Amino acid sequence: MEFWIIFLNVKQQCKIHLGLGENTFEMFNKGYEIKSLILGNFFAFQVHTVTLIPGDGIGPEISTAVMKIFEAAKVPIQWEERNVTAIKGPGGKWMIPPEAKESMDRSKIGLKGPLKTPIAAGHPSMNLLLRKTFDLYANVRPCVSIEGYKTPYTDVDLVTIRENTEGEYSGIEHVIVDGVVQSIKLITEQASRRIAEYAFEYARNNQRSSVTAVHKANIMRMSDGLFLRKCREVAENYKDVKFTEMYLDTVCLNMVQDPTQFDVLVMPNLYGDILSDLCAGLIGGLGVTPSGNIGANGVAIFESVHGTAPDIAGKDLANPTALLLSAVMMLRHMGLHADAKKIETACYDTIRDKKVLTKDLGGNSKCSEFTTEICRRVQDMD
Amino acid sequence: MLYCSIKETTHTVTLIPGDGIGPELLNHVRELFRFSCVPLDFEVVNINSSITSEDDINNAITAIRRNGVALKGNLETNHTLPPSHKSRNNVLRYTGLDLYANVMRCQSLPGVQTRHKNIDIIIIRENTEGEYSSLEHESVPGVVESLKIITRNNSLRIADYAFQLAREKGRRRVTAVHKANIMKLADGLFLQCCREVASGYPDIAFDSMIVDNTTMQLVSKPHQFDVMVMPNLYGNVVSNVCAGLVGGPGLVPGANYGHNYAVFETATRNTGKSIAGRNIANPTAMLLASCLMLDHLKLHDYASMIRNAVFATMNESLLHTPDIGGQGTTSEMVQSVMRNIKSSGPLTTEL
Repeated sequence: MEFWIIFLNVKQQCKIHLGLGENTFEMFNKGYEIKSLILGNFFAFQVHTVTLIPGDGIGPEISTAVMKIFEAAKVPIQWEERNVTAIKGPGGKWMIPPEAKESMDRSKIGLKGPLKTPIAAGHPSMNLLLRKTFDLYANVRPCVSIEGYKTPYTDVDLVTIRENTEGEYSGIEHVIVDGVVQSIKLITEQASRRIAEYAFEYARNNQRSSVTAVHKANIMRMSDGLFLRKCREVAENYKDVKFTEMYLDTVCLNMVQDPTQFDVLVMPNLYGDILSDLCAGLIGGLGVTPSGNIGANGVAIFESVHGTAPDIAGKDLANPTALLLSAVMMLRHMGLHADAKKIETACYDTIRDKKVLTKDLGGNSKCSEFTTEICRRVQDMD
Repeated sequence: MLYCSIKETTHTVTLIPGDGIGPELLNHVRELFRFSCVPLDFEVVNINSSITSEDDINNAITAIRRNGVALKGNLETNHTLPPSHKSRNNVLRYTGLDLYANVMRCQSLPGVQTRHKNIDIIIIRENTEGEYSSLEHESVPGVVESLKIITRNNSLRIADYAFQLAREKGRRRVTAVHKANIMKLADGLFLQCCREVASGYPDIAFDSMIVDNTTMQLVSKPHQFDVMVMPNLYGNVVSNVCAGLVGGPGLVPGANYGHNYAVFETATRNTGKSIAGRNIANPTAMLLASCLMLDHLKLHDYASMIRNAVFATMNESLLHTPDIGGQGTTSEMVQSVMRNIKSSGPLTTEL
């Protein structure tokens, strides 16, 4: 909740209007001196701009679904649609279109659908380009069991926080001699400290009780050892959050037997990639898993991590759940908790009810029908 | 105890007790073998994993070279020691003995409650290179590089092993697990080698899957997998996921094969420090590992006898140890296995 204190010195009788756009409230000053006004939750009156990247394949239709639901819930968000297909900038270097970059730098918050990488020669991975442009160093995936979408695993409630810039994905590889290849895994003190700090802050801000560092320092003594050391150092400043360490293989072994023992997990790039997908599998797959990428300079891009599904694109068959839950994650990041809760509940209730479900969730409704159902529930809540 | 008459030649195998639950489990193995009159002698070699001298490990390597076969418990690695003090398990595996194939068969056991039933996946993991090369350096303070090495020779070798094994066991498909979309050269080379070998086995289907998708598929649809082959680290991850799927570290045996030597152990290589000495460790994995060893030594009758007795014991849920949800003890389980062996009819004469 944000509170603003505005000092006015008004002595005459008058009406005072305050607000932005459609949200206004007025006060009638009866001639008394108004020394100060305390506005609670002024933040809620503010309309936020969010850069929307619909993406390819089913991207546009699920983005439309999310926009519809947000409108029904009267969320104070203004969407700015942008395309991020890479273009060649001056000097021949691939970059995202300047309009997209400008919008994101201004709004700081983005919501993105699935992107396909064109097969043109030398074309970089779109996700990689976004990551580099905005220094998206933390990939966050909350994995919560969805009541009504049954998997063999119940009561999953954990968050994987993956270092997203270095590690095994440095892309530095060489052919040493014919038939011998070397791939370099890079771990730096700075990146390790940054991700550890983010993990503990996240735990604190989201009322999570423990953070577990996942590593293989028994085998990769120096690299994972460095990562682990930084986590331990940061843990010292967050005594309110419990810190544990566990080998990657032990995490995997325990995760498939009893995922309820895990809370927040922090780890380098490759382990994060594997574990976040493993955890998505526990709750039902990429079609229902939200994801957020946190960057330097306050930028955050939330995205669905499934593919573009070209075979069902444009046929009103797609499931917008993953993008919707990512948008809910975005709302929480922005402090709009009430709106987040409302939309999330409507979505979960719809799935639990099982009456209107898209094909991948076991039903035979269209995407638009699923969306309309959620909108209806959202409106009923008001 | 069964009375034994010694008819077969006695083999000698090296026994490395290791740390944690290793010593007690291996004692049970010896007890069981004595009871069953298995014609095997154990040469015990102790390795103290806390001291940094290399003598212990070198003695072990010499003993294994002499005997050709070993059964071992896991050796603890103190990862706060400097990098020069390498994991003793790894030193044994590749430096000394070139045990290039780690093979694990993840099979759902009767009587064990798991979320997924009827799993039967063979995982073949390249055991000598990849991320486990232990080649790291700090180029600049605060910046560490760790090298992952993939070679054509080792990749071809492990792929060949996988297809041979698949053919031998009547399996129909081999899946290569990789991350070649990101590690284009390293995993790309591995994948290419697998494809080359696959073309020489037209009777066996071959496909590939990216490692993160693999773990996701394993927890949702594990029955799609038959035989899997992969580099070292992914092998570590996938074997642990699969062991978890069939009931945990106490149930799955593992084997490490080289051209000349073989070392048997539990698949997930846990030291089990917290449960050591409390008589609650699950002996199944180690007992089944000893059966794999007996098969390797061509003592198939003994292997089947013990294996069947173990499966019969697993069916009695009252005997289950805590790791699989019961309250039984290690010794009770072993006693039950011995009872089952006795009632199955002795291989040797009983007086």
